[in-house]
Amino acid sequence: MVSFRGEIVAIKDLPLDEYVLKGHAACPGCPITIALRIALKALGKKTILVIPACCTAVIEALYPKTAFNVPILNIAFEASAAGASGVASALKMLQQKDITPVVWAGDGGSYDIGLQALSGALERGTNFIYVCYNNQMYSNTGIQRSGATPYGAWTTTTWTGKKERQKELAEIVMAHHIPYIATATIAYPEDLFNKMKKAKEIKGSRYIEILAPCPPGWRFDMSKTVEMSKLAVETGAWVLYEVVNGKMEFNGYSKRILEGKERKPVEEWLKMQGRFRHLKEEELAKIKEMLDEKWKEYKKLYSSETSPDK
Amino acid sequence: MIFIDTANHISALAAKMAKPHVIAAYPITPQTTIVERLAEYVESGQLNADFIRVESEHSAMAACIGASAMGARTFTATASHGLLLMHEMLHWAGLARLPVVMVNVNRAIGPGWNIWSDLNDSLSQRDTGWIQFYASSNQEVFDNIIQAYKIGESEEVMLPVMISYDGFTLSHTSMPVEVPEQSKIDEFLPPFKPAWKIDVENPITHGNIVPPEPYMEIRYSMQRAMERAKKIIEEVGEEWGKKFGREYDLIQEYKCDDADYVMVTMGAISAEARFAVDELRKRGEKVGLVNLRTFRPFPYEKLKYEKMIVIDRNVSPGLGGVVYHEMKKTGKDLYGFIAGLGGVDVSYKDFERIYELAKRGKEGWYPLEVK
Ligand SMILES: Cc1ncc(C[n+]2csc(CCOP(=O)(O)OP(=O)(O)O)c2C)c(N)n1
Ligand code: SF4
Repeated sequence: MVSFRGEIVAIKDLPLDEYVLKGHAACPGCPITIALRIALKALGKKTILVIPACCTAVIEALYPKTAFNVPILNIAFEASAAGASGVASALKMLQQKDITPVVWAGDGGSYDIGLQALSGALERGTNFIYVCYNNQMYSNTGIQRSGATPYGAWTTTTWTGKKERQKELAEIVMAHHIPYIATATIAYPEDLFNKMKKAKEIKGSRYIEILAPCPPGWRFDMSKTVEMSKLAVETGAWVLYEVVNGKMEFNGYSKRILEGKERKPVEEWLKMQGRFRHLKEEELAKIKEMLDEKWKEYKKLYSSETSPDK
Repeated sequence: MIFIDTANHISALAAKMAKPHVIAAYPITPQTTIVERLAEYVESGQLNADFIRVESEHSAMAACIGASAMGARTFTATASHGLLLMHEMLHWAGLARLPVVMVNVNRAIGPGWNIWSDLNDSLSQRDTGWIQFYASSNQEVFDNIIQAYKIGESEEVMLPVMISYDGFTLSHTSMPVEVPEQSKIDEFLPPFKPAWKIDVENPITHGNIVPPEPYMEIRYSMQRAMERAKKIIEEVGEEWGKKFGREYDLIQEYKCDDADYVMVTMGAISAEARFAVDELRKRGEKVGLVNLRTFRPFPYEKLKYEKMIVIDRNVSPGLGGVVYHEMKKTGKDLYGFIAGLGGVDVSYKDFERIYELAKRGKEGWYPLEVK
């Protein structure tokens, strides 16, 4: 069913157009191609992707071929938001205003090395969509820690588990006062599709972050990508929300948790992943404590957003 | 029309007259007054361009790359540490074959902080695939910027172009500059017609992973483009001469015909060297001057004099003067001097002295080793 705003309610309503073609180079079970397939169905043909160094730069296929049916400008690792600023300016000056420039970057390219360019582009109100697919590490270079890697996770630069907590890029983005921010994940394709579609209709800087569980990086079976994504939401390890003109609204299962539905124990999610296999009791306790703290914050935000005097 | 203004204001004016669609730049001494003037042009409606006030030079170049890949004409300007921060993106623009035009105001590199001129900043970008021009007067700054677009955007070239000139000596010094009518500039410089651009009707991936063999072909095609650029630079310089009365080549020769010794310089010090040549000639010395207008492509075929005294305002530590070593390809007798680093004044008196030293077979750091 398609609603009057073009929103869909079920996966069968997704448009049939395909922009992620056969012959791409992703690992089996890769979350990126799932996310990109849905995103491009929402964004359509008049999209230009700007892609920094990351797994997607490998997936998109070897020169002289291409696996995506939209044009791509590859750019240096830390430069995607700045490169897209140039694309957006050119679109404006060359009167091609119906085309959407979209950055498609990993968490490394967004949380870490590309943060300056991203912040600059957002502060300038660049007319683009910035998508960070967050697989919580640098997978292109072989699973190293990033600013998005959660506490306790094994990577090849945190062999005994990461000692620090991850930062919240979407919250840093909120401090830029942009008109649209959303989080999503691939287990909820309708939600991802609708958020992309909504973002496309808005002018100015739009930021969407997609949790992308990566089988080789997180150490789980390649058939479990969607399950891993769903469980992240159900356990509260990932949260779904939108921030439209500064107004925050939780969606989907995350909203239901805030309305009183059970938040599943996070161990269920952790134990499915080899990267947390070594966790000690006290580390697990710390993860749970941090998560409870975070959800208390969400609860507060939720109550203030839904309070009657608002 | 004659304008009396600083090289930086002349740069901004030239950029405006080239009608770029997109400008992305970040301030740094001694380039800042270019950015300020361009922002003013855009905000007052004198220039119909989008000015991206980026948060760094790295982003300035990335934005120019993004815009140029869309088929837009672009401009940026920087100096010293800003140029160094761009280094990765300079290679990117070169390999992507995007004719971005940039002014670099030469300034020494820190530490310690030094805002005066030497050429180490731009010479460190030697292998990035950028055409490099050096100017020794504000008039050349203007003329080089307009010509840079025509050269870089030529289908036979498709390479980015950097125009460098010395901080303060030119950037903040007013000189008279002849500025043609806008309509004459428009006749000389038609709108940018890119050889390739990003197009939603033709969904191609630009810059994806490339296997070794085609990568080497891409590099080869870049080298060939640089070689072809020599011809295009000459042709464009000649056309400029016909239209505006000032002809340009890859080098500028002064009193070289009967010279026993020819001094070779680059940038603002060439003006002092020229004066020294006149003084030395008065004393009966047969000396001439070559001012290198281009450093990339390097005009070694034109440096045909038997004895050449090369004065480098730069150093490659562990090797010596960059231009001196590049000139070894000429096979001529060379006398290398390093002078004027970090803004040390090199006056016509110093050139006279350097000439005397070279005649006695000496070379080295002036005045630290030889004086
Ligand atoms: C300046 C620079 N530093 C380092 C690299 C090496 N590098 C390429 S991709 C990458 C990690 C990418 O991680 P992320 O952005 O999370 O994307 P993912 O690989 O997970 O898809 C690194 C470190 C680079 N290409 N450029
Ligand atoms: S490493 Fe992970 S993110 Fe990268 S291609 Fe493979 S599955 Fe996808």
